[in-house]
Amino acid sequence: MSARPAIVHTLKPPRVEIGLADASTQLHPAMNQASSAPEPPPYVRTRAPEWLPRLLAPIIGLALFVALWAIIAKAGGRLPDPVSTWHSAVDVFSNPFYKKGPNDQGIGWNVLTSLGRVGIGFGAAALVGIPLGFMIGRFRFLSDMAAPIISILKPVSPLAWLPIGLMVFKAANPAAIYVIFVCSLWPMIVNTAVGVRHIPQDYLNVARVLNLSEWTVFRKILFPAVLPYMITGVRLSIGVAWLVIVAAEMLTGGVGIGFWVWDEWNNLNVQHIIIAIFTVGVVGLALEQSMILLAHRFSYD
Amino acid sequence: MSERYLQIDKVRMVFETKKGPFCALEEISLDIHAGEFVSLIGHSGCGKSTLLNIVTGLLEPSDGHVFLANREITGPGPDRGVVFQNHSLLPWLTCFENVQLAVERVFGATEKKRAVKERVHRALELVQLGHAEHQYPHELSGGMKQRVGIARALSIEPKVLLLDEPFGALDALTRAHLQDELMRIVAATGSTVLMVTHDVDEAVLLSDRVVMMTNGPAATIGGILTIDLPRPRDRIALAGNKQYVESRAELLEFLYLKQMREAA
Repeated sequence: MSARPAIVHTLKPPRVEIGLADASTQLHPAMNQASSAPEPPPYVRTRAPEWLPRLLAPIIGLALFVALWAIIAKAGGRLPDPVSTWHSAVDVFSNPFYKKGPNDQGIGWNVLTSLGRVGIGFGAAALVGIPLGFMIGRFRFLSDMAAPIISILKPVSPLAWLPIGLMVFKAANPAAIYVIFVCSLWPMIVNTAVGVRHIPQDYLNVARVLNLSEWTVFRKILFPAVLPYMITGVRLSIGVAWLVIVAAEMLTGGVGIGFWVWDEWNNLNVQHIIIAIFTVGVVGLALEQSMILLAHRFSYD
Repeated sequence: MSERYLQIDKVRMVFETKKGPFCALEEISLDIHAGEFVSLIGHSGCGKSTLLNIVTGLLEPSDGHVFLANREITGPGPDRGVVFQNHSLLPWLTCFENVQLAVERVFGATEKKRAVKERVHRALELVQLGHAEHQYPHELSGGMKQRVGIARALSIEPKVLLLDEPFGALDALTRAHLQDELMRIVAATGSTVLMVTHDVDEAVLLSDRVVMMTNGPAATIGGILTIDLPRPRDRIALAGNKQYVESRAELLEFLYLKQMREAA
């Protein structure tokens, strides 16, 4: 896909927009500085509108993707073709909130249940991880203390924690939430700590010169300065959490989009599996985009 | 007390570095009167900012003492208003809120909310930015940001105003404009000012006395030039003034003949 932002119809020279696009795809908030580019003068349009190829490109991409899928499906094997999958999807989404017993519920319930688990696990991780990140960033000793633990545990696949969760909680649901908690924790701790360490000395000097109270320093300087980093941590966490929940639910069962995938595999309903894959993708995209919107709201440059 | 309002007494500053101790300042003594405008001038790296940071309280001298209105300075505090070179406004606060942060700290406990807000208004009016109160720093020009910095420093009614190359990052025209503005504000408020600069014209135009610092290491005061020009001063009228020209020449001679940098 073309890496340009969706504001081309205001007729600005394209050079400026490429600069903007670079900033909007950055992970690092400190680099988000190109967004205050001066307003270029409008010029008279002489060629085809610029938004046309930008609108067409993703449509062509998706069409090619579906065509490729149709060819593979046609060539044999048990992959359902796009048309039958579409009909199946219309059917699934026409009644997303039905309940026929604990193991047979509409896709809406499955997605909401998964989102609920992510929300609880992720929320708990934020409550623990963000304050911990602040302390690790502020105090060198704590940072040195935590460094080996974080370095060893961070690369571990979150699913490796599942047996311990099952052992401790003796139930599938809290174990899945606990896995989300563990995998969301690291990005939030690390990013918050990095943010605290990167607060410009100038801001801290202002606090020192005015002799501000610790609480005021936290509210007016530390917290707002670290917020963009924190949001980056939150964004990474929520992405990982959404990746992990599908796998965790496959293993634990119950209600949830991951379990649904596994259940449909047992039913050999491949169309539903494909629908689930797209649903997971769309929900993940929505989560990611909402975090990007939030990050833009709190970038000060 | 007026004779020794701000008293810098035998201040030495030694930094511990990997290559051993580095003596930045050697035996600096300087008395500044109430209402006086004093500049510190010298080549970069001569320790003038170090000296200012000691008065600010951000650095603790290795030896010697600094007194302000007969009380020893032991750390940073709101009895001194500081203007930093790069404005140091908090980008997530509006101009009003940036100044309010300072006013709230000093007067918040004793005055009502309305009185505090009134002070913020007055400070911003003083630097002629009343109209930009609710704008964020990134919406302002460099000169306007620095004016907010000055408003913040003055809003707390400090005993002394400390300026660390306040106009160094601005273009020449904006700088001249802000220098005039600063003269007007200092005259209106009767502030005592200690300013670090490397700009000869700025030093002569603004100061009652210019303290010339020798090159480091172990920098010290190389001479003090009294500038006895009447106020208000006008840069255009002064351009041909004999005393102004002589003062300027003396500073230039000090900086470029006596304290010539070998490799600069």
